[in-house]
Amino acid sequence: MKISREDVVRVAELAYLDLSETELETYRAQIDEILEYIGKLNELDTGNIEPMAQVLTDDQTGDATLRDDVVVPCSIAAEVLKQAPDPEPPFFRVPKVIER
Amino acid sequence: MKKNLTIDGIKHALTSKRLSARELTTDFFIKINARNPQINAYLELSPERAYAQADKIDSLVAAGKPLPPLGGVPVAVKDVLSTRGITTTCGSKILRNYVPPYDATAVARLEEAGAIILGKTNCDEFAMGSSNENSAYGAVKNPVAMDRVPGGSSGGSAAAVAAGLAVASLGTDTGGSIRQPGALCGIPAMMGSYGRVSRYGLIAFASSLDRIGPFANSVHDVAAVLGAIAGRDPNDSTSTTAPVPAYTEEINKPINGLRIGIPRDYFAEGMDSGVRDKVEKGIELLKRLGCKPVDIRMPHTDYAIATYYIIATAEASSNLARYDGVRYGLRVDDPTLVGMYRKTRGAGFGAEVKRRIVLGTYVLSAGYYDAYYLKGQKVRALIAQDFRDAFQKVDAIVTPTSPIPAFKLGEKTGDPLQMYLADIYTVTGSLAGVPGISVPCGKICGTLPVGLQLFGPAFGESRILQLAHAFEQAGGADL
Repeated sequence: MKISREDVVRVAELAYLDLSETELETYRAQIDEILEYIGKLNELDTGNIEPMAQVLTDDQTGDATLRDDVVVPCSIAAEVLKQAPDPEPPFFRVPKVIER
Repeated sequence: MKKNLTIDGIKHALTSKRLSARELTTDFFIKINARNPQINAYLELSPERAYAQADKIDSLVAAGKPLPPLGGVPVAVKDVLSTRGITTTCGSKILRNYVPPYDATAVARLEEAGAIILGKTNCDEFAMGSSNENSAYGAVKNPVAMDRVPGGSSGGSAAAVAAGLAVASLGTDTGGSIRQPGALCGIPAMMGSYGRVSRYGLIAFASSLDRIGPFANSVHDVAAVLGAIAGRDPNDSTSTTAPVPAYTEEINKPINGLRIGIPRDYFAEGMDSGVRDKVEKGIELLKRLGCKPVDIRMPHTDYAIATYYIIATAEASSNLARYDGVRYGLRVDDPTLVGMYRKTRGAGFGAEVKRRIVLGTYVLSAGYYDAYYLKGQKVRALIAQDFRDAFQKVDAIVTPTSPIPAFKLGEKTGDPLQMYLADIYTVTGSLAGVPGISVPCGKICGTLPVGLQLFGPAFGESRILQLAHAFEQAGGADL
């Protein structure tokens, strides 16, 4: 077994994800099978290989790196706040964070 | 109204005043309202915006001014692309009522090029899936076989075009989500190189893999839409300044003498015999058109699925952290902040998304990072090297798009790993960042379409468009 029930509980905690008992067991079994399959990567010796985080090389990006850091007016704040479940303009309201 | 309207056909109809853009738009909405209840390709229609754009096009015609490249062309947009003022759900309950305050660059460019946006198309939740059955708003039916899946995750965008409910559409492709539904619905479908099209306003799944690209009824129209959306955008630092060729002209260049690589690693076990038969006939057709087949090896192909599902889920677990019930989307109340996060995410995400968040968090977590995530990044480098080596010897690589034709609804939903394995021919190019196109290559038993996939070197879109166009013109769809 690659992944235990405790592993799934711990990972769900890290991801702030409520899972039911049924979900815990279903995902554990399915992810176990997937990790078993992923294990085939160990057939490859990658000791001297540089990890690849993204595909663009310097000659492909050319001068396309970052745009100039210029402040531009942006007037969508009110519209953005309208999408919030509990807005208190100009703030987003959340449950109390600090315990007393 | 004919089913397979083309961009040029629309231009002729509009400029000769046989039809107005407003009439055309009305025709499409009538057709969508009649057929969408069965197909479920559209989640939301945008008549207000569509008619405003149609009227603009009609006033250009009335003034005798030239039409822009996609003038009056009715298009559909996958629901993971932000559209100002139009609900954008990503196929998820967690964004049920979300209305973006801005347009994705690709959407804005479509409209600048004259296209009429009809609405938003169904997809697997957050683009995670290969069958469109992971949408919180119901599965999409394949218009060519209504008891079968259209493929995924851009199933709605593929089905809309295949059913004649849009002339072209935008999808997104992370591991095959444009090319595979294109193949299964029997229409051309393309992802450009990573960096070719700005991802600004694309709601992220896996940032190092996500790409936006077109579906249409012809390779010419795919080329036209790609040309309209491609190019540098200051709002996406990964969009490159590489010049955008005139793809609709490039497609007419001769393909005689081009070397096409046939990777024998792709023709191993697991391929449906009907698919194999059609793709072999497709390769024969390319030979008759003057292409030179070259036997090549891509030795890390067999490791691509494992690598992909490490990298894509890791990036997804990070990208989807933003759905926390604070700034947009669903909130499930709880007295504590963390309790609110947990309940919101538990209730808002569907099964496939939760499974991938758990897997992605696991491969990034302390103690497992090196064994999984870092290992995946290293094998990704090997897969990219396979492509670079191959393109030393050949101009393009030819493979099937999918090992199987469209499968029955519900056939694979119980077994995620089996569903993942169907991505075998598409994920390689995703990991390597190269452009890929799927073009129709016959139908099994006269009904189920097969797709032929062509990969080109990075920023070699013109080459694979030329090949696909010549293949299509020579009757590739009827093999």
